[in-house]
Amino acid sequence: MPFSLLKYGLSSEYPAEVDLPAPKELKPSYDVVIIGGGGHALATAYYLSKYHGVTNIAVLEKAYLGGGNTARNTAVIRSNYLTSEGVRFYAESVKLFRDLSNEFDFNIMYSERGQLTLAHTDATVRAFRQRAEVNKHFGGRTEMIDRQQIRELVPTLNLDPGHLPVLAGLWHIDGATARHDAVAWGYAKQAAKRGVEIHQLTEVQDFVVENNHVTAIRTNRGTVRCGCAVQAVAGSSSLLLNKLGIRAPIHTYPLQAMVTQPFKPFLDPLVSSSALHCYVQQTSRGEIVIGGGSDPYPLYNTRSTLDLKESLLAHAIEMFPFMANAKLMRQWAGITDMTPDYSPIMGLSPLDNYYLDAGWGTWGFKATPICGKTMAELIASGGKVPELIAPFSLARFSTFQQVNEMGATAASH
Amino acid sequence: MHCPLNGPRNISEFTYGGEYKPMPDPRQCSDSEWADYVFNSDNRAGLVTEWWMHNASSYWFLAERHTVTDEIIRTFDPKEIFTQRIDFGADGSKETTA
Ligand SMILES: Cc1cc2nc3c(=O)[nH]c(=O)nc-3n(C[C@H](O)[C@H](O)[C@H](O)COP(=O)(O)OP(=O)(O)OC[C@H]3O[C@@H](n4cnc5c(N)ncnc54)[C@H](O)[C@@H]3O)c2cc1C
Repeated sequence: MPFSLLKYGLSSEYPAEVDLPAPKELKPSYDVVIIGGGGHALATAYYLSKYHGVTNIAVLEKAYLGGGNTARNTAVIRSNYLTSEGVRFYAESVKLFRDLSNEFDFNIMYSERGQLTLAHTDATVRAFRQRAEVNKHFGGRTEMIDRQQIRELVPTLNLDPGHLPVLAGLWHIDGATARHDAVAWGYAKQAAKRGVEIHQLTEVQDFVVENNHVTAIRTNRGTVRCGCAVQAVAGSSSLLLNKLGIRAPIHTYPLQAMVTQPFKPFLDPLVSSSALHCYVQQTSRGEIVIGGGSDPYPLYNTRSTLDLKESLLAHAIEMFPFMANAKLMRQWAGITDMTPDYSPIMGLSPLDNYYLDAGWGTWGFKATPICGKTMAELIASGGKVPELIAPFSLARFSTFQQVNEMGATAASH
Repeated sequence: MHCPLNGPRNISEFTYGGEYKPMPDPRQCSDSEWADYVFNSDNRAGLVTEWWMHNASSYWFLAERHTVTDEIIRTFDPKEIFTQRIDFGADGSKETTA
């Protein structure tokens, strides 16, 4: 063994495995063009190529693979939403996540540690009861727990922060986390293996529309014709929609997060507080990830602000007072495409062959597998909307049929 | 941010109130025009005009801001745009009680 290792090390041609083939010229035409190179886009390419036999696909990413919100999120995976439409959809995604490492033959470090949300008011306790029941109804594992149970689960947690004593908790046993980059790479690698072309540094700049069809797409590297196209560009959703004249209720807000120095393992579950607008979790490296609410006004910029970081940290320290001495290692922001009802916009657009995967705001990482799967079904069937995503159509806003997930989203993503 | 009433104050003293867009006449417009007004947005990356409020004085005003650089170009009193009182009564008449 050491000898073969030595031979490998001295060999001038490492038999290195190629994950993604080197970039080549764009072809003049593709059956499907997927705009964006985040998890959602790559998952769509993967499911199309693996389950629907569609492989003449180009994924066009303006920067680098998975460098958008896919790389910036805090990787909370859960299905304990409020509406039946939401829970059904996210629960399916959690199921897909569980098998992803096997499916990729690549470790996404899926870690099912449970997620605990704290209630500090009677109104929140009532809402949690409803969420627990809806979740159970759709096969999820969620229950209400009391202060004593919370104390046993998270001994380091301060149960009486300031004027907001913890009354109860929503304990979501299915709650999990995973390595977000690995999810993007896993999908990319498996899609590329089946012939999908992934083009980085390729920005979609404009469209050619004829007879209500997108017939070609203009990029900084030339124009490609397409059978159909889908956009999965998160914070930049409106910029493409505006070019196509599609009206949508999306506002782009920054969302900030940060991470501390590593500590010995002390925190197993993901913990979030709806009243403190803060959530805290410990990574497998021991770092503490801290996230919270969106910026107070819209912006297309990934800058950070001291205001938000300060208030977020104040709340995190109320939850875990020992963290007052922790040092911050990194902090960052992503731009998120928020919708009024905190549900996504998926499915058909007013154009015949243009599909939408947008409005993913601050909560779309957990939906990566199910988005890819349902968008692939939609595209492969030429526009037959899968039942699971029908409630998330863009049209719901003109018929006033929103799917309200605000309360179940805001604090914990 | 420069408040037209109170002068320059920290941004944390203000609340964002949504973009400024002309309201269609609720008595005349269709449901879809109204839905478009209520929900939809250009969400432009560039110069926009929006409503802001100074919290302590509850004073609403308009601001021109760049949504990429976060630069505030100009703030001004709404009376620059709203020269007449707007009525929200369902039939457009002044609310009168006998
Ligand atoms: C700080 C933070 C924390 C979050 N925490 C969570 C969480 O805990 N749980 C959760 O479920 N979700 C979370 N989210 C939300 C989640 O990250 C996103 O909803 C999800 O990653 C969206 O994936 P995507 O593939 O659609 O977008 P992205 O990963 O953003 O990919 C979109 C890609 O499109 C590219 N693009 C844009 N415009 C163009 C163009 N014109 N041409 C070509 N390419 C273009 C971008 O460069 C980008 O790479 C969080 C987000 C942030 C910012």
